[in-house]
Amino acid sequence: MLCQECGKRPATLHFTKIVNGEKTEFHFCETCAREKGELIPGTSNGFSIHSLLSGLLDLDPSGKGQSPGAKMAQTLQCEECGMTYSQFSKLGRFGCSSCYKYFSDRLDPLFKRVHGGTSHVGKVPKRTGGRIQIKRQIDDLKKELQIRIVQEEFETAAEIRDQIRELERNMAQG
Amino acid sequence: MSNLRFTDSALSEWMRGNGQDSDIVISTRVRVARNLQHLPFPLLATDQQSGEVLERLTDVLKNKDDLQDFGDLHVIKLSEIDELDKKVLVEKHLISPNLANESRNGAVILTEDESVSIMINEEDHLRIQCLYPGFQVREAWARATALDDVFESEIDYAFDDKRGYLTSCPTNVGTGLRASVMMHLPALVMTQQINRILSAVSQVGLTVRGIYGEGSEALGNLFQISNQITLGQTESEIIENLHSVALQIIEHEKNARARLLGESKLRITDRVMRSYGILSYAAVMDSKEAAQRLSDVRLGVDLGLLEGPEIPVMNELNVKTQPGFLQKTYGEGMTPSERDMYRAKLIRETLGTH
Repeated sequence: MLCQECGKRPATLHFTKIVNGEKTEFHFCETCAREKGELIPGTSNGFSIHSLLSGLLDLDPSGKGQSPGAKMAQTLQCEECGMTYSQFSKLGRFGCSSCYKYFSDRLDPLFKRVHGGTSHVGKVPKRTGGRIQIKRQIDDLKKELQIRIVQEEFETAAEIRDQIRELERNMAQG
Repeated sequence: MSNLRFTDSALSEWMRGNGQDSDIVISTRVRVARNLQHLPFPLLATDQQSGEVLERLTDVLKNKDDLQDFGDLHVIKLSEIDELDKKVLVEKHLISPNLANESRNGAVILTEDESVSIMINEEDHLRIQCLYPGFQVREAWARATALDDVFESEIDYAFDDKRGYLTSCPTNVGTGLRASVMMHLPALVMTQQINRILSAVSQVGLTVRGIYGEGSEALGNLFQISNQITLGQTESEIIENLHSVALQIIEHEKNARARLLGESKLRITDRVMRSYGILSYAAVMDSKEAAQRLSDVRLGVDLGLLEGPEIPVMNELNVKTQPGFLQKTYGEGMTPSERDMYRAKLIRETLGTH
């Protein structure tokens, strides 16, 4: 059987994807599967999560068919710990917390694939995360404010507006 | 140093208790992964840097009133214990294989009852793990987050507005939370419903693994079900999702057990009794067979078909029949076939049948 994507190479990866009860079968060669990011868990009992991740992240090492973006990614490097993006994509692990900053542009698609989401909405540490807590509080109050305005409860709305201003002032002062 | 108290007994104190639904859920585990600010992750840390991590984290334990609830805490440096003790700690799920094998300046902090184990310099600087008997996802999370707060009151964590708690592996970023329940599901396996259920589980952001984590087999009908997603969901969403899915699986397993009892009691009784007989009298027993036979006997006890060993004894056997523990009991350096012989002996002796 030939790969359903390129139609040239033999299909070596066969799998069934079930989305909302709808079954679809796929037959890809490894190259196309990798390009499409369809290397999914479950096809690979023996694989470690890191090798799976590196499958998701890997850039074509032959250099053929690379987009300019991919070439740029190869030279990306964390200035803090020295890890390059290509090392990261092989290891599937970051070297330090600054890697998140230096590789930032390329992380959203990865996180979307692994987690479905890209932004943290959970617990925030009190010491380092004080600012974030205030920001979340402001966001919540703004939503509340909209509701009050729609319901024409202007007195409460004014109170909420003042609370927001106070919090914003606190935040600006650091 | 073979006098490490924590490796002398197979059974952690917590395993003697029975949690909720302990006929189906063996144990609940919650861990949170954290890292210190401005220091490279253990993967790249120098000896000096990982030493600093160890020192700063163990310093938190000193003079902390908030830690009183957790009782005595024991710090064990991995470099100071021998290989066999490390292996036994892995078999008791108190440390990960990764910490035992690869860590620099690796250490584990254990509570007296071994229900809390805090790993230092594993894949992340800090991993707080809480192990509870039976089905106690919420309780385990409450304890883990309380401990997290204690460390957080002294340590600046690597945290980012958008990404949350920053971890070495992208699969842990965000909450750093992995919650799992270890379930014994023999009836779902016997009635061939297990694959359907496991594939449903994977569609709601959960994943199934063998009992020693990633890549290990589901031996003895034991399945470890845990959250896959750590970013984009709150901790309570993750905990509640696991809680409700596990509840449904418990329900399915109960129904399957009831049906087996109703429709094929004789066949199940025969299977349970045969396994009990073999465990009681076999002279050679490999680990795979031991896991399967112990699963049958556990089911027999749960269903009241057998007045056999109590659950803590079964839990103990699951751990004691592992290679590290066998060597600990009968001497190091045995060949695999010697291990099979000693495993059979140990099971016979534990069941009191010699």
